[in-house]
Amino acid sequence: MNPQAAPSTSAGVVRLSIPARAEWVAVARLAVAAVASRQRFSIDEIEDIKLAVAESCTNAIQHGSPDGTIEIEVELRDDELVATVRDRGMGPRLGTVNEERIGETGRTEELGVFLIRALMDTVEYTSDVRDGTQLVMTKRVSE
Amino acid sequence: MDIKVNVRESEGDAYVVDLTGEIDVYTSPKVKDAISELIDQEHYNLVINLENVRYIDSTGLGVLIGGLKRVREHGGSVNLVCTNPQIKKIFDITGLVKIFGIFDDEQSAMKALA
Repeated sequence: MNPQAAPSTSAGVVRLSIPARAEWVAVARLAVAAVASRQRFSIDEIEDIKLAVAESCTNAIQHGSPDGTIEIEVELRDDELVATVRDRGMGPRLGTVNEERIGETGRTEELGVFLIRALMDTVEYTSDVRDGTQLVMTKRVSE
Repeated sequence: MDIKVNVRESEGDAYVVDLTGEIDVYTSPKVKDAISELIDQEHYNLVINLENVRYIDSTGLGVLIGGLKRVREHGGSVNLVCTNPQIKKIFDITGLVKIFGIFDDEQSAMKALA
């Protein structure tokens, strides 16, 4: 990808809806990686975004409403990517993670949350009965 | 996306699990089944070869941790073979490098089991 072809402010928004089932998570992460590759991210940064969005989808499958859908929105802005993952379910998603004990507990949910926070620059989480759960993550291009 | 799992007997009582592909919420049950089957058969020294794994998520990590816990209850161990920088990074940032032996090649991983 030619770095000179990077989009300007809010140049692109891609929306994807997947069934909230495990076999569809790969589709979401590949799509997000393809969008991220249009920005000036390094390969490592694209992998970070890919994993963080996939973990968010996995989280939604584990806590969201069964047989529901997951809405994924990826927006390219100047020097950053904003990924939003929404589902209709509710539940504890981004609670406190004890980093010292994460390897001992091995709880997948804790690992997933930990990875999202570690790999992205900002993570915002909202959840309510009417709108379900939304996770907004930002990754900035490192210079 | 899929994961290929190949289990083979190695030196002594050790077994090697070769994984090829991507380990995520969809494919990790297949990996878990293979590891669980070995442990159920009382094989407690395992090398899990991640050389051909391109991607791993928290569910994959959870499967590896679960296997390690089970073999440790019987005095065994799980060593990993991994050179992929992105996957090694995941083990680094989660602190799992402290609980797994991670090696660049199978021979070293096997030797460390002894």
